[in-house]
Amino acid sequence: MSKILVIAEHLDGKLNPATARAVSAAKAAKPESIDVLVLAAQAAGISAEAGKIDGVSRVLTVERAENAHPLAAVLAPQIAKAAAGYSHVFVPSTTFGKDVAPRAAALLGAAQISDVMAVTDATHFKRPIYAGNAIIDVETDPAHIVVATIRNASWPAATNGAASAPVEALTLDAALPGHTRFVGLQSGKSDRPDLQSAAKVVSGGRGVGSKENFDIIFKLADKLGAAVGASRAAVDAGYVPSDMQVGQTGKIIAPELYMAIGISGAIQHLTGIKDAGTIVAINKDAEAPIFEVADFGLVGDLFKIIPELETALG
Amino acid sequence: MKILVGYKRVVDFNVRIQVKPDGTGVVTDGVKLSANPFDDIALEEALRLREKGVATEVVIAAIGPADLTAHLRNGLAMGADRAIHVVTADAVQPLTAARTLLKLVEKEQPGLVILGKQAIDDDANQTGQMLAALWDRPQATFASKLDVAGDKATVTREVDAGLETIEIDLPAVVTADLRLNEPRFIKLPDIMKAKKKPIDTIEFATLGVENGDHLKVTHYAAPAKRSKGVMVKDAAELVAALKQKGLL
Repeated sequence: MSKILVIAEHLDGKLNPATARAVSAAKAAKPESIDVLVLAAQAAGISAEAGKIDGVSRVLTVERAENAHPLAAVLAPQIAKAAAGYSHVFVPSTTFGKDVAPRAAALLGAAQISDVMAVTDATHFKRPIYAGNAIIDVETDPAHIVVATIRNASWPAATNGAASAPVEALTLDAALPGHTRFVGLQSGKSDRPDLQSAAKVVSGGRGVGSKENFDIIFKLADKLGAAVGASRAAVDAGYVPSDMQVGQTGKIIAPELYMAIGISGAIQHLTGIKDAGTIVAINKDAEAPIFEVADFGLVGDLFKIIPELETALG
Repeated sequence: MKILVGYKRVVDFNVRIQVKPDGTGVVTDGVKLSANPFDDIALEEALRLREKGVATEVVIAAIGPADLTAHLRNGLAMGADRAIHVVTADAVQPLTAARTLLKLVEKEQPGLVILGKQAIDDDANQTGQMLAALWDRPQATFASKLDVAGDKATVTREVDAGLETIEIDLPAVVTADLRLNEPRFIKLPDIMKAKKKPIDTIEFATLGVENGDHLKVTHYAAPAKRSKGVMVKDAAELVAALKQKGLL
């Protein structure tokens, strides 16, 4: 039977919901137990949140001042030590997980399965390659521990259970390097819903035309209670910061409603939204590839259509 | 300082990938192959550091079949000083690639290794991190800005929460994100010059790399297709349709 260690992602003392999605993937492997590892400077609030997730057997915490920021070089040796006795280590496939998981895997001498979208059983997984244009079945070698990152958009967050899992402090004999130092995080914090987990997302592309014009996208999103995203073209043009990019190399999301406005729909962008519930496309070019995947398409000038939409929304 | 750049050849990003009907792979016969776009960005960054006087030599390295020479010549034409070709007929998985690159690192002793953050074929996003772990050196992944000063580098990283800045001691591994730079175009005279630049070939088997290919791909499938929906004529009809689906 397998035992799975899920690595918690957190920021500012709060558990990232991607952790509960990784727990969902762990449950799909039908393991004997699922433990969540919290590496933090102060773990109390995070570990309490993690303990509520249904399916979690134990929460293990390592509190060290060095763990204040998510530096892969500092966290990976601790993950590798903590992984002893486990058959699998699952990490959310966010920039956090993509950074730290391969480093931990290499220390363990283990291969990694990136972006797991389906778990058939404890040794068989599905993942996308070529920007999602092919899906492969991967079989693991039972002689090695399996390290995997879990594709957010493929898994619902495991809900909170009735009881809380016990929290245990862990002492790890891991030497931590000082060669990597955190300097700062410039965060595009806003009061809007988080792009990665929002139920509704409104995205703008190059068709929006300028940084100033992007206000029209923000206004519509606020009216809908939606998060705001952007295509790579809009980010490259400097309309919005990079943390808003949706697509193969940006965020891969699965909202219930996705509205692509002034986005032509390059394959790299479509990769980021193909698991969305309903896709709406608004574009002046009737031939734009975005219409091939849209559930509802509307051809026209976005600067005329958005005000009309706002009126229709009441 | 010497900079080692990973320079992988992949199916060109403009090619529409087709899965073979029998599920044994994707069609690669006759399709255009190019440098991994992120590796072009990695190479460009190394060249800029050389032009600034920070680096003295830029070495590109690739692991793959005998016909990689033309690909490496492109990297040399772009401006790399020399190339290392680790020859193996079989594709290697990231852990094996990282172990192979470590052998080259031990031999070349670079002050900086720059790789693309991921290759656009397997989309693994692992090799740089694994190399840094095995080398026991810092990693700065998803870099959108790199400043080298003395034996340290300050790197801005594109992370989900925004832009993170870290300081790392050199030597280190940096992986390039899209916005680190815009790679230059290759000029004709440089193609001629590149013909004279050296390419060292090393047989993979002679490096004594421990095999890390633990994963077996048993089947390839095309992704589930989203079906084309309906066109609506105006904003009012769109809002009505979304309300009917319970989305508004």
